[in-house]
Amino acid sequence: MEVVNLQDLVRGIRNHKEDEAKYISQCIDEIKQELKQDNIAVKANAVCKLTYLQMLGYDISWAAFNIIEVMSASKFTFKRIGYLAASQSFHEGTDVIMLTTNQIRKDLSSPSQYDTGVALTGLSCFVTPDLARDLANDIMTLMSHTKPYIRKKAVLIMYKVFLKYPESLRPAFPRLKEKLEDPDPGVQSAAVNVICELARRNPKNYLSLAPLFFKLMTSSTNNWVLIKIIKLFGALTPLEPRLGKKLIEPLTNLIHSGISVLPPIPAPGEGVLVPRGPEWVSALAMVLTAVLTKLSVAVLISLSSGMPNHSASIQVRPSLGGDHGVPHLKYLGLLAMSKILKTHPKSVQSHKDLILQCLDDKDESIRLRALDLLYGMVSKKNLMEIVKKLMTHVDKAEGTTYRDELLTKIIDICSQSNYQYITNFEWYISILVELTRLEGTRHGHLIAAQMLDVAIRVKAIRKFAVSQMSALLDSAHLLASSTQRNGICEVLYAAAWICGEFSEHLQEPHHTLEAMLRPRVTTLPGHIQAVYVQNVVKLYASILQQKEQAGEAEGAQAVTQLMVDRLPQFVQSADLEVQERASCILQLVKHIQKLQAKDVPVAEEVSALFAGELNPVAPKAQKKVPVPEGLDLDAWINEPLSDSESEDERPRAVFHEEEQRRPKHRPSEADEEELARRREARKQEQANNPFYIKSSPSPQKRYQDTPGVEHIPVVQIDLSVPLKVPGLPMSDQYVKLEEERRHRQKLEKDKRRKKRKEKEKKGKRRHSSLPTESDEDIAPAQQVDIVTEEMPENALPSDEDDKDPNDPYRALDIDLDKPLADSEKLPIQKHRNTETSKSPEKDVPMVEKKSKKPKKKEKKHKQKERDKEKKKEKEKKKSPKPKKKKHRKEKEERTKGKKKSKKQPPGSEEAAGEPVQNGAPEEEQLPVRGTSAPPPRTCDIRGSLQEDSQVTVAIVLENRSSSILKGMELSVLDSLNARMARPQGSSVHDGVPVPFQLPPGVSNEAQYVFTIQSIVMAQKLKGTLSFIAKNDEGATHEKLDFRLHFSCSSYLITTPCYSDAFAKLLESGDLSMSSIKVDGIRMSFQNLLAKICFHHHFSVVERVDSCASMYSRSIQGHHVCLLVKKGENSVSVDGKCSDSTLLSNLLEEMKATLAKC
Amino acid sequence: MAWISHEWFSIIPLDIVLIILSEGHSTTASLPQHGDRGFPFAAAAAAAAAAAGQALPRPRPAAAMQFMLLFSRQGKLRLQKWYVPLSDKEKKKITRELVQTVLARKPKMCSFLEWRDLKIVYKRYASLYFCCAIEDQDNELITLEIIHRYVELLDKYFGSVCELDIIFNFEKAYFILDEFLLGGEVQETSKKNVLKAIEQADLLQESFFSS
Repeated sequence: MEVVNLQDLVRGIRNHKEDEAKYISQCIDEIKQELKQDNIAVKANAVCKLTYLQMLGYDISWAAFNIIEVMSASKFTFKRIGYLAASQSFHEGTDVIMLTTNQIRKDLSSPSQYDTGVALTGLSCFVTPDLARDLANDIMTLMSHTKPYIRKKAVLIMYKVFLKYPESLRPAFPRLKEKLEDPDPGVQSAAVNVICELARRNPKNYLSLAPLFFKLMTSSTNNWVLIKIIKLFGALTPLEPRLGKKLIEPLTNLIHSGISVLPPIPAPGEGVLVPRGPEWVSALAMVLTAVLTKLSVAVLISLSSGMPNHSASIQVRPSLGGDHGVPHLKYLGLLAMSKILKTHPKSVQSHKDLILQCLDDKDESIRLRALDLLYGMVSKKNLMEIVKKLMTHVDKAEGTTYRDELLTKIIDICSQSNYQYITNFEWYISILVELTRLEGTRHGHLIAAQMLDVAIRVKAIRKFAVSQMSALLDSAHLLASSTQRNGICEVLYAAAWICGEFSEHLQEPHHTLEAMLRPRVTTLPGHIQAVYVQNVVKLYASILQQKEQAGEAEGAQAVTQLMVDRLPQFVQSADLEVQERASCILQLVKHIQKLQAKDVPVAEEVSALFAGELNPVAPKAQKKVPVPEGLDLDAWINEPLSDSESEDERPRAVFHEEEQRRPKHRPSEADEEELARRREARKQEQANNPFYIKSSPSPQKRYQDTPGVEHIPVVQIDLSVPLKVPGLPMSDQYVKLEEERRHRQKLEKDKRRKKRKEKEKKGKRRHSSLPTESDEDIAPAQQVDIVTEEMPENALPSDEDDKDPNDPYRALDIDLDKPLADSEKLPIQKHRNTETSKSPEKDVPMVEKKSKKPKKKEKKHKQKERDKEKKKEKEKKKSPKPKKKKHRKEKEERTKGKKKSKKQPPGSEEAAGEPVQNGAPEEEQLPVRGTSAPPPRTCDIRGSLQEDSQVTVAIVLENRSSSILKGMELSVLDSLNARMARPQGSSVHDGVPVPFQLPPGVSNEAQYVFTIQSIVMAQKLKGTLSFIAKNDEGATHEKLDFRLHFSCSSYLITTPCYSDAFAKLLESGDLSMSSIKVDGIRMSFQNLLAKICFHHHFSVVERVDSCASMYSRSIQGHHVCLLVKKGENSVSVDGKCSDSTLLSNLLEEMKATLAKC
Repeated sequence: MAWISHEWFSIIPLDIVLIILSEGHSTTASLPQHGDRGFPFAAAAAAAAAAAGQALPRPRPAAAMQFMLLFSRQGKLRLQKWYVPLSDKEKKKITRELVQTVLARKPKMCSFLEWRDLKIVYKRYASLYFCCAIEDQDNELITLEIIHRYVELLDKYFGSVCELDIIFNFEKAYFILDEFLLGGEVQETSKKNVLKAIEQADLLQESFFSS
């Protein structure tokens, strides 16, 4: 078959423009054929073509396995293609990705740096938590590779590994830190990159690195690195203010040198931005980075003072507004301003006009930036002006997106910090009303929410708000466009509610009532109609009261009749909520009608339905209620029924709409006195409670001086501000009025000031600075009471709920200065034994997959197992047989025996929890060259009950030579199963120092902790002791090889057991059985048992004649039971244990011991 | 700290910002301009429909650069590199939306736009748009410089690169990118080193069907 290469494919696609899809499906069929061939070159070619097709949007996930095949090709040519395809098409959901682990590990340790490089690059694109965990250690090793090319890549990819497997951060961090001082600038820059990214998310953990980075900043000449470092300091300075001061000088220098690279200002219209070369751009970028960090202030000052000639550039300022300005720089300038704004609002505010001009820009990016900036720029003084300007833009704006953006920004600007900048709420209401005239906006609900909020919280404005809202309800133009959902008709929701709730302020309640009962209302969305229905009754109640008080019985009856006539249209509503409310109310009104017919006064009772004040509740109030002590919300109150009827299937729509509404709570029966008393009590409590959130910032304080629901605040009616603007008002009028008012205020103030001054100081006179009008001078038009939203008592002022629990960086918030605990060690390449595969992280995805593809999983498993076996064989071959083993063992045995007999008499029982001596050590010494005699050593292996799977190895070192031994270092070659616990940051190959020196003839003991994965088999660890032997003739460096033998018995801990418990254990049937028999024993049974107790850590449970039962427990909790019987000349041991391998190994060891008797 | 008094600052308000605002001039893309093999320059499409950013599952941030896209003026994707793991479906959706948005922008507009919660930095070279997505706190200008540097690398490697080079040797374009950026971070700031690594790797590479 002829093979089409990539170029042919591309050409073919270009030639088949009309029937591209058909051509490609044909190609894919061919590719499928090619993938079936054995020739790897053909396969790679096919995969290459697939990668191209993937880019065009075709699914190639079916070829994932073929991609892996190509990845594992031995030739770099193909491997490169395979990894490229994998990096383009693999993602976390690709299930075959777990098959790549071994291949990637192999490539990472490949002798060719390009193989390694390609694997690292590929891995950076598709690393999964599993891959990260399995390969973290390999990559960490590569960080110290000899080639900078590899080091650099390994350092960068570590960041990805940290994100996927946060546990790796602590063990890897010391090495990462080391790389900051790597001789290769590329590696150094990579390390800076990674640490900078880490520090940006959790700066507090990296403060200790500040001096190091400071050094780097002053010494580095690489702009890319400098930018990152400046960014890092930007994150660190808020935490350590002293740092900012220290940074001024180096930063200033940097920026000076940066500026010096900038080209002179060219004449408009000539030259281009980019070809000026990267120096220019990166220098500029650096300047900007500095501007964008919080350090900017200092830098800016020094800049502008150091470079007066640059102020000439202010002349070019108009270019901001012109069409020929540089859009990039305009954008970045605005961005920079927004950063400066936070620290120095005044300096930015002086450029208000410039920024407002940017709102006219064609470019939406710039407009949005400018809008963003305006948000931070408003003050009491300029709010009205800015909003006015925005309103004109709203009218002009093309496209709903931008208009919606404007609308939300206007509302944001006005409502920020609890309406801090609004001096005239009538103006604000009229702005909101004007906004309702926008067509096709999506933000009706936002306007509605604002209206409600203002009307509820600013009591003084209610009268005005009600008049505006009734006008809104009356005007039909909103209803006309009510067909679209989520549209502006949401406003009617607020309007209806406000008119109903505050109906006492209505001028013509009857008129409004009729407006709310119009037939067209039924075209509104259900939830709005529901509010209508509810508020119609409130309105009705208040009208009824008015009429009855005025003695117009007929008028009252007429209103009731109107209700009875119109309500049925709501009863027929399709919306259940509307229907329910309407029919309920209709019955009520009919009842009232009956009473009215009998001339019974009803108004009091009807109004009692709606008595009381509704207080605003903070949106997060519910969440912030602290859980009382001793209340467990997760505990079952009643045990759940096993067969639960699903409640969820109930149609949710019924109460769905209700949730969006303000929670209503109406204590209809509570009498006023009780309310007042409670309120007083609560106020008292709030005042005494330091944790109660007092919402108002300082400028608001004065509003709070006259709080209280009972007192409607004193409205200082300024005669120039009419409380009612007829019809729908124009907010502009307010602007004008406000200006006049302020002017007058100012004049008055000046007058007063002059008077005062004249009174106070006649002789001493100096030119007073011009009385600048500051924010504080502007008195609000109305004295308003902004009611604090209610929060639960004892609510904690925490922002916890703002954090995203899914934020991947949260997991990386790790204290890096703590010493590394043993459990935090990176997993090292090892055979997966049963235990590790049971670890929970591993298990969960497996289970999920199992249900889908059980067959595939088995296959994978088998392959893994095959891999394991292969490796084991290799390892066996590697370990050479020790020489002279026997001889040394005997010698060893003697010393050990002596030592032990001192420490632990045979058969003694030790309290559980204490480390128990369990040694069965073996030591091997190789002849040491040179003058110093080999220092003989003893070691004990002790299990500890506190830490399962950990044993302490105590090594006694005795110096028998005449030299002083120092600088001793112990290095042990970890096996798959046993690992030595090393201090933080040291690698597997590093030696662990022995914490003492040995003068001649002295012995001392050093202890090391080993972590054992599986204890069912005995094992040996090879190790080397290196030391410096120093005597009169000089010092020599010596080595001594040895071998640690971890026997199965050493994992057992002598544990006493009572016969009844022992019997129960045997009956349980969970134990597997095995037995041995040894002939030719002449020792007494008593001694025999003592020997077993001593060497194998058993305790005797019961002894009857020449028969005894014994018991012991392993550090991992296996039970071991023995039945020892002595015959004439032989001993038989029957064992039962929860692990059969452990048992058979133990019995083997026991056989060896007994054979010596 | 006495040196940051308000007075000081208000005297010297925004000189530096204004320098930045006023310096430089035209944004016309300038690099590879070879008419023989490439595509002719053309005025940007004037399609005005601004794509409205719908609420979508936001891509999980994990790298300085989230992804890089190369696409033609016709909206054909020429290269895509994702530094955040996303499903194919999401990738396609993002690509489609972004290509539309960027192509709708006029040539005189700035190279930056805010899109979802990312910042998009793009630049047009001849008929190709280079488009990168970065996180909010990242530096736009440096990203522009990364794009430019990548173009320079392509230019050096292919010798006056044009769109066709990237189409027919797309895997090489990826290899170069992979030597330059890793996991969304700049890996090698020296152009010489990048090209050296690529050349040496190419030496190892044999012709596909030689053996």
